[in-house]
Amino acid sequence: MLGFIVRRVLDAIPTLLVLVTVAFFMIRLAPGGPFDAEKRLPPQVEQNLRAAYHLDEPLPLQFVRYVGNLARGDFGPSFQYRDRTVTELIAIGFPVSFRIGGLALLVALLAGLSLGTVAALRQNGAADHAAMAVAMAGISVPTFVVAPLLVLLFAVTLGWLPAGGLGSGPANLVLPVLTLALPQVAYIARLTRGSLIEVLRSPFIRTARAQGLPLHTILRYHALKPALVPVLSYLGPAAAGLITGSVVVEQIFGLPGLGRYFVTGALNRDYTLVMGIVIFYGALIILCNLVVDLLYGWLDPRAVQR
Amino acid sequence: MSTTPPKTPAATAATTGPRGAAEGGLWADAFGVLRRNRAAMVAAATLALLAVLVVVVPAVSPNAFDRPDWDHISAPPALEGGRLFGTDSLGRDLLTRTFYGGRMSLLVGLVATLVSLVLGITWGAVAGYAGGRVDRVMMRIVDILYALPFMFLVILLMVLFGRNILLIFVAIGAINWLDMARIVRGQTLGLKEREFVEAARAMGVPPGAIIRRHIVPNLLGVVAVYVTLTIPQVILVESFLSFLGLGVQEPMTSWGALVNEGAQELETAPWSLVFPAAFLAVTLLCFNFLGDGLRDALDPRDRSAG
Amino acid sequence: MAEPRRTRRRALPLAALALVLGLGLAACGRGPEPGAAVPAAVAVGGATGTELHARQVLRRGGGPEPETLDPHRAEGVSSSNILRDLFEGLVGEAADGTLQPAAAASWAVSDDGLTWTFRLRPDGRWSNGDRVTAADFVYGLRRSVDPATLSEYSAILAPIENAEAVIAGERPPADLGVRALDDLTLEIRVRAPTPYLLGLLTHSSAYPVHRPTVEQYGSGFARPGRLVGNGPFVLDEWRVQSHIRLVRNAYFRDAAGTVLEEVWYYTIENADAELARYRAGELDMTYTVPARQIGWLRENLPAELKIAPYLGSYVFGFNLGQPPFRDNQPLRLALTLALDREILTGRISGAGELPAYTWVPPMPGYPSPTPEWASWTQEEREAEARRQYAAAGYSAERPLRLQLLYNTDPNHRRLAAAMAAMWREVLGVETELLNQEWQVFLQTRREGFETEAFRYGWIGDYQDPYTFLEILHSRNGLNDMGYRNPAYDELLAKAAAEVDATVRLQLLSEAERLLLADLPVLPLYFYVSKQLVKPWVAGFEPNLLDHHPSRHLRILAH
Repeated sequence: MLGFIVRRVLDAIPTLLVLVTVAFFMIRLAPGGPFDAEKRLPPQVEQNLRAAYHLDEPLPLQFVRYVGNLARGDFGPSFQYRDRTVTELIAIGFPVSFRIGGLALLVALLAGLSLGTVAALRQNGAADHAAMAVAMAGISVPTFVVAPLLVLLFAVTLGWLPAGGLGSGPANLVLPVLTLALPQVAYIARLTRGSLIEVLRSPFIRTARAQGLPLHTILRYHALKPALVPVLSYLGPAAAGLITGSVVVEQIFGLPGLGRYFVTGALNRDYTLVMGIVIFYGALIILCNLVVDLLYGWLDPRAVQR
Repeated sequence: MSTTPPKTPAATAATTGPRGAAEGGLWADAFGVLRRNRAAMVAAATLALLAVLVVVVPAVSPNAFDRPDWDHISAPPALEGGRLFGTDSLGRDLLTRTFYGGRMSLLVGLVATLVSLVLGITWGAVAGYAGGRVDRVMMRIVDILYALPFMFLVILLMVLFGRNILLIFVAIGAINWLDMARIVRGQTLGLKEREFVEAARAMGVPPGAIIRRHIVPNLLGVVAVYVTLTIPQVILVESFLSFLGLGVQEPMTSWGALVNEGAQELETAPWSLVFPAAFLAVTLLCFNFLGDGLRDALDPRDRSAG
Repeated sequence: MAEPRRTRRRALPLAALALVLGLGLAACGRGPEPGAAVPAAVAVGGATGTELHARQVLRRGGGPEPETLDPHRAEGVSSSNILRDLFEGLVGEAADGTLQPAAAASWAVSDDGLTWTFRLRPDGRWSNGDRVTAADFVYGLRRSVDPATLSEYSAILAPIENAEAVIAGERPPADLGVRALDDLTLEIRVRAPTPYLLGLLTHSSAYPVHRPTVEQYGSGFARPGRLVGNGPFVLDEWRVQSHIRLVRNAYFRDAAGTVLEEVWYYTIENADAELARYRAGELDMTYTVPARQIGWLRENLPAELKIAPYLGSYVFGFNLGQPPFRDNQPLRLALTLALDREILTGRISGAGELPAYTWVPPMPGYPSPTPEWASWTQEEREAEARRQYAAAGYSAERPLRLQLLYNTDPNHRRLAAAMAAMWREVLGVETELLNQEWQVFLQTRREGFETEAFRYGWIGDYQDPYTFLEILHSRNGLNDMGYRNPAYDELLAKAAAEVDATVRLQLLSEAERLLLADLPVLPLYFYVSKQLVKPWVAGFEPNLLDHHPSRHLRILAH
């Protein structure tokens, strides 16, 4: 087990390096640059700006410089938010996204697993169809529709909850967490249902049932764990995505999270900011997937890691 | 999707597993089961009807999908003029546009999902079955692709290939196969340790054949479920692409684009959201029930059980 | 688009669901943000109508996150709005936008129009109590044009003597035509008579900065706790992507005249989200209003909706370097005439934008050279459009196939689709619509290899026609149309050297007349500024530049 973890952590280094390389050149290939605006800069000013950020150097040299700084833990200055470093921006944005995404993940897991289990146990019954219809509603209506609808209802019409902003109490978190969790509920519920049905049919569960074990015991001790494998496969990257923020949710609810930086960074060609978030996100994905792979072994001992 | 498994002597020898590969009437049997599933059949019929309608309605409608009526801007639904769904903010008939947009969305949903299916199953099954170093490398590549900034990928594709509608499908499919690959791999890890796979291996069946005949058919249950989640995702990604300028261009449209527009008129012209969203939701629900039916139908245990 | 009042009954099932999920908790705890929504029990302004609210806290929608609050490096509208509260230039603006003395009490200009002398107020103070002197302005202006500062907007100071050379790195900043005659007297020399200099001096590029703090903290000086300004407010808190809070500057020269105690700028780049927060009572005034909601707001919040002409021009440019528009004025005229601007502005863009027949928006004192066809009926215009279309060599059998490029945005999209439909209806033109992400769009438009007709918008930096007309100078970097007319260039040059303001405006008008005959751009409409302002915000006046310094505002009892 320990050897496996060590190997995976060592794996992460070349993986991230490849990611940095591909992302670096891909971002630079896109038309436009950080100082391109409708109002064009006087040539000398542009020249100065490019020199100040080493953008006047040949691309390979810029890359070497960037990786060198990265090795020292320096993500560089943001091009768009002139007075701030990328590290600072991630440090400001991540806690917000993490809190909201983490809560959404929790809510989605609770709701999704419950709905999925109910549906699987009542396969093709009314409860199944109802549970799945509720779950599917989460992805049938896209986030950019759900979020304004919730705001209109709970903030503008009823005045129960704030329409946006960070606030300090839990009230400001309710709507964003709900919005973020909804589509995930659908994924988790559907995957749980599908694989639980499959597991419930497998010989060892049938044997257990034949022996007269009560259903909740079977679920708890035998069926649920292996049924979670596909859910988990999905959750690895999904969790990384959730806790690094959703731009739609953050924009509509005015939350200062990473997702908003990423999109404004991309639109403004803020190379360093985008790179910083890509690397951060990539490392999180690798971490989440490592956790998932570790959990595979625990959930389904047949899927041993070798 | 996988083709009909060929009948081979090796296959019959290894039928101890849940699905001992190519039984002669697999698809015929599956269809039989599917036909007995009421929800799935209703869903299939609805989808077929929709497919016909999106082709026929725009062709016979008295109102062209791209003809504005300056005197009926954002007009509510009315019998007069056949504008049963009302008009959009340019006075164009929403009934025609909704069905016209359905063409695009159904096409994107099917084609992109197919692309992601083929890529995801192949990649995931090979990685999971091969294990070891091959698995590590393949899954790290998936990690990298996850972390790459999708927005830049799209911008680059747009610059490199212009606006080829086929490219939209491929691009969307090419981003959505990652989840599929992870899920398939997770399942494969468990499957490959099962008796029937080991038996096949002991008999000297080559790995490629084992994956095709023993692994993939047993994955289809979970895959069928995930496909029902991929289709809505793909349909919505398309609307995000048009935000970046790669999606459908005006005056053409899609459900994603219509819902996006409608969401901005939640209060002022609710019909411009309600109708496209309803069609989108019904379609997704139908795919959902059809997917469930397929899952059951493809599960041999289900057949023996009832 | 009358919408029945929202009923609450409909909302109950959903609300109940939320409660069941255990999420309906804590509707109260609003966090540190000030002044939650208050029911309008008291008449606004109390009995007299001018009574002030006990808490003078203004909550403004701030637009996108400011890139910096360094006045010399900031460039966005959102940062300029905040800087207007933190700093004060020589010249300021009244609530209605007219220029008025600010840090300078008075000024005079020499007869040749080349030397301006500003007399500073003796009571000017920085927010740490230091005196504001002419040397601070000299330092600020030099820093602004110093290439080392990396200012992106310094070119606006180009009319000042030697500014261009300093910006280009050819001369040291000390050579800038600015000097302190004594502690309170500042002299600015300009390279040519510049009647709009006072307008330029309201821009943040011309603000003074507090030398000791800038030298101590370098480019990181514009942070809470460090930033020292000379404006009515000081920077108290800056939560990135969330809000910026300003509090009253007790040292401000007119601190007694500042009524507000706190100003909150909330970072909200999404106009729909901003509207929701305004309606939920979380904002007192907005940064903008989503165009699609204007009809609804006119019905439901007519008194709070403020729409006013804005110094901006929305046009489509023709690429004159390529077919079909190269050397084809009749075609450009046909496309220009065929559009029904009443419909486009009245029903599509929706905020009551002013239909445009010229490139320069209306400005006080400027004789706009409106073309003759502006007075025609739409039928007459369309008939003439068809004649010109035929003259350009097109017909129903041989229609024009046109590509119309715009940057991705729902409002541009609707407008472009409507234009395409009008062209098809009137002329039979087959238009292909193409949208591109902003940066890609800018590059495509700039390169001009493949563009035909493309969206072009321009917002004036100051109230003078020159800020618009210079764009189409043959050597201007922004001339993506590729318009080159020596006569036009010459008129601009003549105007630049003209001392008499009236004659100068005549010359500029003459230049625009040439422009409108050549039609390198298709004028569509002039922008309006759109805002929502709660009834209890007093002192708000719409103005051409959409500048609303917080010091003119106050909160009435409500």
